[in-house]
Parts: sequence; structure tokens; C-alpha cells
Amino acid sequence: MTPLLSVQDLSIGFGKGPDVVRNVSFDVMPGQSLALVGESGSGKTVTCRGILRILPRAAQIRTGRITLYGRNGEIDLTAISERRMRDVRGDTVSMIFQEPMRSLSPLHKIGNQVSEVLWLHRRTSKREAKRLVLEKFERVGFPDPERAYGSYPFEMSGGMRQRAMIAMAMVSKPDLLIADEPTTALDVTTQAQVLGLMKELQKDTGMAMVLVTHDLGVVANMAEQVVVMNKGRVMEAGPAAPLLNAPAHAYTRQLFDAAPSIPAEARPAPPLPETDLILKLDNVSKTYRMRGKTAWQPEALIHACRGVDLNLPRGKTLAIVGESGSGKTTAARIALGAEPPDPGGKVLFRPASDSDPIAVHQMDRAARTAFQKQAQMVFQDPYSSLSPRMRILGALTEPLDIHGIGTRAERREMAAERIQQVGMNPDMLQRYPHAFSGGQRQRLSIARALMLEPALLVCDEPTSALDVSVQEQILCLLEDIRDRMNLSYLFISHDLAVVARIADEVAVMRRGLVVEQAPPDTLFYNPHHPYTKALIAAQPTPDINRPINLKLVAQGAGSPDSWPEAFRFSDTMIPSLTQLEPGHKVRCHV
Amino acid sequence: MAILRYAVYRFGTMLLTLLVVSALVFTIINLPPGDYLSNQISELRASGQSAGVAKAEFLRTEYALDRPLYQQYLIWIGFIPGPQGFSGLIQGDFGWSFEFDRPVAEIVGESLWLTVLVNLAAVLFVYLIALPLGVLAAAKSKTWVDYTSAFVGYLGLATPNFLLALILFYYGHKYFDLPIGGLMDPQYEGLPMTWDKVKSILIHLIVPTFVIGTSGAAAMMQRLRANLLDELGKPYVETAIAKGMSPPRMLTKYPLRMAFNPFVADIGNLLPSMVSGSVLVSVVLGLQTIGPTLLTALKTQDQFLAGFVLMFVALLTLMGTMISDVLLVLLDPRIRYEGREA
Repeated sequence: MTPLLSVQDLSIGFGKGPDVVRNVSFDVMPGQSLALVGESGSGKTVTCRGILRILPRAAQIRTGRITLYGRNGEIDLTAISERRMRDVRGDTVSMIFQEPMRSLSPLHKIGNQVSEVLWLHRRTSKREAKRLVLEKFERVGFPDPERAYGSYPFEMSGGMRQRAMIAMAMVSKPDLLIADEPTTALDVTTQAQVLGLMKELQKDTGMAMVLVTHDLGVVANMAEQVVVMNKGRVMEAGPAAPLLNAPAHAYTRQLFDAAPSIPAEARPAPPLPETDLILKLDNVSKTYRMRGKTAWQPEALIHACRGVDLNLPRGKTLAIVGESGSGKTTAARIALGAEPPDPGGKVLFRPASDSDPIAVHQMDRAARTAFQKQAQMVFQDPYSSLSPRMRILGALTEPLDIHGIGTRAERREMAAERIQQVGMNPDMLQRYPHAFSGGQRQRLSIARALMLEPALLVCDEPTSALDVSVQEQILCLLEDIRDRMNLSYLFISHDLAVVARIADEVAVMRRGLVVEQAPPDTLFYNPHHPYTKALIAAQPTPDINRPINLKLVAQGAGSPDSWPEAFRFSDTMIPSLTQLEPGHKVRCHV
Repeated sequence: MAILRYAVYRFGTMLLTLLVVSALVFTIINLPPGDYLSNQISELRASGQSAGVAKAEFLRTEYALDRPLYQQYLIWIGFIPGPQGFSGLIQGDFGWSFEFDRPVAEIVGESLWLTVLVNLAAVLFVYLIALPLGVLAAAKSKTWVDYTSAFVGYLGLATPNFLLALILFYYGHKYFDLPIGGLMDPQYEGLPMTWDKVKSILIHLIVPTFVIGTSGAAAMMQRLRANLLDELGKPYVETAIAKGMSPPRMLTKYPLRMAFNPFVADIGNLLPSMVSGSVLVSVVLGLQTIGPTLLTALKTQDQFLAGFVLMFVALLTLMGTMISDVLLVLLDPRIRYEGREA
């Protein structure tokens, strides 16, 4: 059988530098999916862009041959002119990208941007193009295609934008779809649905797919063939089932070990102790007012948090899990005193076992300063949370500076000590952040947060911007520090698998409400709430025999109206959080 | 129709701003001690010409300069009746110039329109030059096209306008027989518009437009280039290329649209800087714009004349910002639909 796409001995380099892709070869069979797997810097993205020759200006294809045996016969993609390449792009081979937020022009309507493919390649009339696009929109799951056609990208959610991108890539019925991390920027449940959609579409049209991803779980769900890349070279390649069941190469095994996963089998865990709480959120709600569209319309109320009660025992990790917009970040911000809760809500903090609890939102200036010393935050994006114009030493000693702790020499000494604690070298203190990788920067942010010797650390998705193997290291580091310094964590995440490993208790949030709360093992052993079930089901696991159960995902991730009677809620009627067994609470009508 | 409502709203705020500006202008003009007439009176007294004093005193009451400052202001605007009843700016009476001893309207008359003309021509020049050159420089960044245009641009920025004016006049006259100075042949001055007069004005406009516009065009071009280069790195550009668009079509449809916003927003800034920047050029080139008039009026504390000219410049500025605001709303759906997002 002839492959649809054959990549032979491909090498790509930038400028005069060494090759970043070296002698890569693989074949894509018609109607099949091939996954290019690797971490950042592995050359997987450059490889997939090389196929369509949409590389950065400095990059050149140095050796190799890319042949497409598509509907227009055999084409050597490395040899044809730029003019003929344009006919291939978007027509026989189309592409979707990682960030649906930024991959569509914000100034043009979705319909216009999608129809453009047909105008370009088919010279279709506007009317005919619109008809075809509306058909596609319906197929990719827009509830109201006509409305979507006339909308701008910023009027849509991330999942919907990615659906629009898929429609754009599919509207010309390509032979090959290249998807570059198509779901990395999406919530788990959305990711599951988008992956499901891509698979269905593939079945419908019989197109082939090249899927670039770092997530072995996605690979297990999507691909027939796998190519594992590291530092520009192919490490291991072959059919998905044997490769995933018994990885041969050490690097592949390393990727497997690093991938966090929800345990296939779990047993219920004992509830957490309720004594010696370091942080207590009591009936915390937060309502934002949004101005109406016109002066006459009433304000819209947005309930970011509704009656959140959380307890964090000293030395433990409490995780809040939910999709974007679930209110998890708002809850964390309130816990840190960055925002006041609505009246009636209270946050109590006890810096030490023997001290009196402090009400976080009723502190005077001095108490607030003391509190800030006790509670620190680690942010999501290590690339933007360190000032690029400040040396690491400056960034680390600044908190001490602000709180007036120690002399200059003592501060330096402390910085050196902390940086060693996070596994880095004190002579790196003189460098600027750009000299470090994402993982190293996140280590530095953790070191910065530790400078004041806090008792509580709020971690806001600290690993979601990192590669799997780096994520693994950071999670290890966080666990290690927690146990060594007796820290308590409030851990915000959208990823149940990450939480599974670090948390002692998990609160699942949806639309501002905690819908289920339990220790992670109990949660995985016996999930009750449809949304929790959806979250667990949506998590792609690197196991061919455990595919994503899309039905469960669709049920739980939909609007609360589609949930079983016992769990439904509306603005006026909210069921209370009921204790099922010790330490396991579910929001349902009894 | 939302856009119409916005335009009306914007017009309303413009009028309010204009009112505030008028108060500021009036206060600032009156900050130095005394006024034109009191200065003249003391001068006349000192030189013993008491005959003139009576006339000056008469003018002082005639133009309410003897009243408290806030009343003078209100009379000037036309909110309260002055010695001649309601006759302020809003009634269309611009006041009396003491320096030239003629009504302000008569002095500024034609030069008002010539100012607008010269500056509009310069703005047009800026955009017509900056748009293609900026796009070209960005599309061919880091090639000789880019470097040459940047070099010429910086030359334009760095050369003092009046020097450029003198050079252009000399060579323009020598090689192209362009006229020197003025905005029309002297024979047409004060005559009604005829085709010949228009032609004469257009030929005279060439050098001033170039002189006033060059630095603006150079700056604008560099800004457009920088904005466009930023946009070229964005993912949606990649999407467009992956669709199979040709580079020129892609460039004009997507990144240029995005880079256009600051370009449009600059209209508002461009107008005032040109009007005030062209004062010196007008003096050097002998243009009959209001620039030189303003200079004289400010020097002699001719308050009604200065006040009117300043108000006129403010009006131009505010019109510029209003136009750019309305254009931005038309261009950018994100601004248009603010708040529509659910």
C-alpha cells in the first residue's frame, strides 16, 4: 500500500546553526493518524511545519524529501515552487494550531475566515461557499451555524474557536490534516470533545492525520502510528498499540513515567483531620456586576463563587479543580486577601498551631504585612512572572527588602540557600530570567515564594505551562519542600491527574460551586457527581485499552440542566453539599 | 445605528471639551499682568499723548476689559450680554483685534481656510507616503528596502523643517521653476476663487506640504513598520499562510488591518502637532496661515485674536480625535461590541 505522505531523511536547521530536525523519516497511511510525540525542543513542531513549508524565515530544509501521494497525484513538496505550494496548503493538506484564541484574526468574522479557503482554492461563489461552510459548522457542532458565521472570534469560547478552526481545515476536504497540539490550550472536558470530533470527522471523510502532541494520553486515544522525537531525532517509531504497551526506548519509557495519570484502580482514603486548620474559607461568595449592554438594561450578576466552604489542615494540600470560569482562581484570590468576599463570607488564617486565627479580610496594615509574609503564591506562567529586567538575585531578595529582613549579606546568603533548595546552583543568581528554561524558571518562582519562609503556599496551576517530564520534577520538588518545611498548599489546577498525585483533598468546582469534595483516591474510587465523572472520563490516559468515554464527558460537562434530576441546580435553587460518607461530600438533592 | 449614536455622543463630549479648553485658553492668555489696552494706556501716558488715552479707555469699556475676569470670559464666549448685547464666539462674533485695529474675523478670514488646506494636504501627504513605505519596509524587513527607507526616514526626522524649506525652495526654483514663498501668486490675493487662483495655490502648496509632512511621515512610517512586524509574528498570520493565501493578499487582509489601528488613532495627534509645528515654517515660507498671526497676537497680548486662533487649533485637534475615534469603532469590532460579549 502506498502511503499518503512520505517523509524521508528530513533535516531542518536555522541559519548557520546545527540541525534541529535530523534525518527524520516516517510514512502516513491514508485514513490513518500518526502522532509526533515529544517535549518542547524535540523538533516535532518544526517537522510538521516543514511538511507545508511554513517555517520561520531563518529556517531551511537541508536534506530530505517529502512526497505527497494525494488526489492530484505524486507531488514532491520539497521541490515544487512556492506558487504551487500555495495550492497545496489549505486544500489537499490543511493545518490546525495550538492556540485557537490567537490563530484566528480578531477583526474578521468567522464565516469570512472559513469561507476564504473555498474562495481561494475552489473559486466558489460567496453564496455557495456560505452554504458549504454552514454545513461544516453544523457538522463540527455549532448549535446555531448561521449565528456563528456572523460572529467574531472573541465572541466565542476557546472550544468553539477550535471547532471553527477545524471547520476551516476541513471545509476543503483535505487528504491530510496536520494538527499541532490542537487541544493543549483547552480544558480537559473540551479537549475530550474536540478529540472525539476530530476522530469522527476522520471516519466520515477518510482523511489522514498528523497529530503533534506532548501528551501520551492523547496519542493513545487518537493514533495508529507513533513517532517519538527527542532533540530533533526519532527515538522510536511504530504502531501505537505495541509501542504504548511496551515502549522499547529509554526515552519513551521516561515520558511514560513522567505522565501523570489517574490511577486505574483506587481505594477510598480516610478523611482528612479537621483539627489544626491553617486556612478556613467559610461561606465565601463573590459576585461581580457586569454593566448591561445599554444604559437601560439592568446589570448582570456573575456568581464567580457561591458559598464555598473549604478547610486546609496544616501540612496538607487542598486542591481546587475545575474548568476555566469555574471560580477556582477567584477562590484562591479571596483566600490570599487579594479580593474581599461578598458580605457574610469569612476567611480565617492561623499562622501557627498555637496562635489565634486571623480574619484575612479584617486586618489592619501591620497585620496584613505580617499575613503576606506567611502566605505566598506561585504563578502559572514562569515566563511572565519573573521580571526580565531583574537579576535572579534581585527577584529573590526583593521580598526580604520589602519586609526589611536581614542585612544585604544575609539576604544574599538566604537567596543562595533557597536556590539550592530548589535544586539550582548559587552562581546562577547573577543571571537574568531569559537564561533559564521554563522548568528552571518555575523553580526560581518557587524559590522566590519561599524566601519569606511562609506557612501557606497558593499554587495557581504551577505546572500547566511545562513539559510532562519537567512537570514531574516540579511536582516532586513541591512535595519535597512541603514535607521538609511543613508547608500547606492550596493548589489550583484543571488537571485531575496532576492533582491525583499531590493533593490530600480535592474540591471540584463548577460555575462557582463546589460540586464534590473528597480525598483524591475516594474521588476516583467512587465519583458521584456527573461533572466529576466527566472530568475523570475526559482525562486521556496513555493506555490504549482505556479510551475516553465521550458519553460520560458529554453528560457531565454539559449545562447543569442536562444532569440527572438529583444534581441539577439553577440560580434560585441550589442543592446543598451533602456528606455521603466521612470526608466525601457531593452537591445533590437528597 | 449604534455607530450613529456613538458619533453623536462623541460630538457631545467634543463640545464639552471645547468649553473646558476655552476656559483654559482664556485664563492662560490673561495670566500675564495687564492687557493690550492697559499696556497701551500706560505707554501713552508715559509719552504724554493723552488724546489716545481717551480712545483706549473707550475701547476698554466697549470690550468689557474693565469687568472682572470671569465676566469677560462669559461675554467672550457669549453666555452673558456684553456692552453690545450677546456677541460672543457662539454668536459668531470673534471680537476685535487691537493690534491690527480690525475685526478678528476679517484678519483670520482667508488664512483660516489656507491653514486647514495646508495641514490637510500635509496629513494626506503623511498617510500617502507612510502607508506604502511602512508596509514595504515591514514586508521586506532587514533587506536593503527596509534600510534605505529607514535611512531616508531618519534624515527626514532629523532635518530642521525650516532648513529643509530653504533648501527645497532654492532647488525647486532652480530646477522645476517652483514659486518661492507664499501660498498663491500675489496678484490673486484678496480676489474671489477662480480656477487660476486654485491652480496657483496648488503649485504653491507643493513645497510646504513636503516640508511640514516629511518628519510626520517618517515617524508614522517607522511606527507602522514596527506594528506590522509585531503582527507578522502572530499565529493568525500563520493560519492565513497555511490556508494557501498569497503573501500580498494575506498581508493586506490580516496583519495590515490589525496594524491599522494605531495608524488611524494618530490622526488626532497629527493635526495639532502640524498646526503648531508649522508656525515656524509658515514664517520662513511666508505662508498666509494663522501661524504667524498667532505669534504676533501672543507677543502683543492681543487677547481676542490669540484666543480665537487657539480655539481654532483646539477645534481642529478635537475634530481629529473625534474622527479617529469614530473610524476606530468602524474598523475594530472589538471596540464596537464592547459589552456584547456574554
